[in-house]
Amino acid sequence: MTRKIIIDPVTRVEGHGKVTIQLDDDGQVVQSRLHIVEFRGFERFVQGRPYWEAPVLVQRLCGICPVSHHLAAAKAMDVVVGAGTGTGLTPTAEKIRRLMHYGQVFQSHTLHFFHLASPDLLFGYDAPPETRNVMGVALANRELATQAVLMRKYGQEIIAATAGKKIHGTGAIPGGVNKSLSREERDRLLKGDGGPLNADQMVTWAQGALAFFKDYYRQHRDFIDGFSRFPSSHLSLVRPDGALDLYHGVLRAVDAEGRRILDDVDSQDYLQHFREEVKSWSYMKFPYLKKLGPENGWYRVGPLARMNVADFIPTPLAQEEFEAFRAVGGGKPNDRCMLTHWARLIEVLHAAECMRDLLQDPDILGSDLVVTGSRQSEGIGLLEAPRGTLFHHYRVGEDDLIQMANLIVSTTNNNEPMNRAVHHVARAMLTGVKEITEGMLNAVEVAIRAYDPCLSCATHAYGQMPLEVTLVDARGAVVARRRKSSVLAST
Amino acid sequence: MASFVRITLDDRVYLAEEGAQLVAAAKECGVYIPTLCNYPGIPPKGACRICTVLVNGIPHTACTTKVVEDMNVVTTTPELEAFRTSIVEILLAEGNHFCPICERSGNCELQALAYRYRVPVSSFPYLFPTRDVEAWHPKLIKDHNRCIQCKRCIRGIHNAKGQAIFAFGKRGDKVVINIDRETSRDISDELAQQAMDICPVGAILRKGKGFDTPIGRRTYDHAPIGSEVAP
Ligand code: SF4
Ligand code: FES
Repeated sequence: MTRKIIIDPVTRVEGHGKVTIQLDDDGQVVQSRLHIVEFRGFERFVQGRPYWEAPVLVQRLCGICPVSHHLAAAKAMDVVVGAGTGTGLTPTAEKIRRLMHYGQVFQSHTLHFFHLASPDLLFGYDAPPETRNVMGVALANRELATQAVLMRKYGQEIIAATAGKKIHGTGAIPGGVNKSLSREERDRLLKGDGGPLNADQMVTWAQGALAFFKDYYRQHRDFIDGFSRFPSSHLSLVRPDGALDLYHGVLRAVDAEGRRILDDVDSQDYLQHFREEVKSWSYMKFPYLKKLGPENGWYRVGPLARMNVADFIPTPLAQEEFEAFRAVGGGKPNDRCMLTHWARLIEVLHAAECMRDLLQDPDILGSDLVVTGSRQSEGIGLLEAPRGTLFHHYRVGEDDLIQMANLIVSTTNNNEPMNRAVHHVARAMLTGVKEITEGMLNAVEVAIRAYDPCLSCATHAYGQMPLEVTLVDARGAVVARRRKSSVLAST
Repeated sequence: MASFVRITLDDRVYLAEEGAQLVAAAKECGVYIPTLCNYPGIPPKGACRICTVLVNGIPHTACTTKVVEDMNVVTTTPELEAFRTSIVEILLAEGNHFCPICERSGNCELQALAYRYRVPVSSFPYLFPTRDVEAWHPKLIKDHNRCIQCKRCIRGIHNAKGQAIFAFGKRGDKVVINIDRETSRDISDELAQQAMDICPVGAILRKGKGFDTPIGRRTYDHAPIGSEVAP
């Protein structure tokens, strides 16, 4: 009997997606897909709006990493107002934006690792769903859960101080920022008013999280090294000298062997190198490198890709971790999907170091906030968002209204890899088994979750999160159905 | 010389300048009467009705009412508050007011009144009208989605020759306030800024500037509208 398994929606990710897995008469997985089933269309409704609204408008497509969209749009509009690409701003403006971005990466990565992913690690992907959730983490490991909440809070405080509020602020404007930090704000974030919310503590806790993961890796090496592992290319922005740079850089991609397939391309030239494919079964597009075509031109983005693409990390503690991470790959890009968590935590540490450095830099107290130059009709802004490379591209008419917007969101870049991850795990877990358990299906989700997809960003969608798994036979009759109620209470 | 007369505001007796605008006189006395179409220094119009108070028991728009001796004014009753709330709700439902993306958010009088009257969402059905953004002018954008037709701009903004630079177009429920192509030619940056400032909502925008006031420093970030008169 041919069977189709539907995981709808995938849980503990941001946004709404579902998985379908098709089994043939012999119980072999013949097809599996991650469908993104909602659509919001920000690219359309930013059209006809004044260009300076874009950074505030488009960030509304996400509540987890709005800062990424806010900054990518602002970077594109920097080009439009003639302030140049990335390096043309005043030192105060650039550093305030970087601080905002590191706060964002710090809180978003923390959210993902502790709240969304750690239940799978702490309890195992096949543990009962009643414990395998963030409340379970809080009950089992109070200290870890408290740290997670405070780390997120710290990142959000950084965002509030630089953007005006924690979610959906207005700090970045075309050509610069609308505020710098006051001395009081700076001191509070640096020293934490005597409490734990200070810059040093964040570095220490980030190191603690890394130790936690590495310990887990030591104990579960076989699982991690074998789980959802497949070769791919990797894409990231890097600083022109090859350093990891989450805020600005040139586009670099390497293939599965580590050979450069995109050699430090200027962000304004992205369209010469990238294309997007549309498929009928998903609202999420499939981007690829033009010269390699849709079959071979796909790539991964995000923390794992960044560790594979960059030559080094320009902060000392994260660099030490980077070296340990790279040693595992044995000179080639690392394709262990679960090590994305390690990579993510290295970036948490890097962000903590960057925040600490910036908070001690007098430029963040400066008053020279905005520059403008000669007005351009088009602007492209790229950024390494927590989930990977983010592209914003706008055309603006002479009347100052936006005529065209194209957003290639991090999760969209990971569309093909996530589909492959689903297929990989589905084949490994479900082939020929008699009874399909909830744990097996969660393993599929664990693979998706490693990418920390933000499906609302990717299709600009959001939705409620009941999880329904349905088994149907070849004629469409429902064989079995399993239903869970909400994102926190489910897998 | 101005002569002062006795008036009663919400059961308290004050001295107020005879013939003064009731809204302004009440403000002098520390009594807040909400306004929307009224703007200090330009002739009142009585267009929005949100300033409605009871004068000797009869509803009057306080922006068009002058102080007379022994007038007894009631500014706040449950009915008046409900009436004002309805006006805010109707205005919100009638246009396309998307505060999250509007640069006047935090400085917008309509939004501030919605907060003051606790209107998280209008109880009237939203009309979602199809309206344009008028962007041909080199210095100004007129976003018709947000215009509440208070006419402050028509009454208050004039070019060097004293001509209004905003004017009515169309009629009835299709009425729009446009930028006049002739009279608005060659306006200064200062006048463009004044036009943006006189608009109570985000319907008049200066080109090439936006969101330059950070959150936390906007007019209504810390205290509700009206608390500048009666804290
Ligand atoms: S543009 Fe502004 S000031 Fe003019 S009528 Fe409309 S809302 Fe009133
Ligand atoms: S303020 Fe008096 S009628 Fe509008």
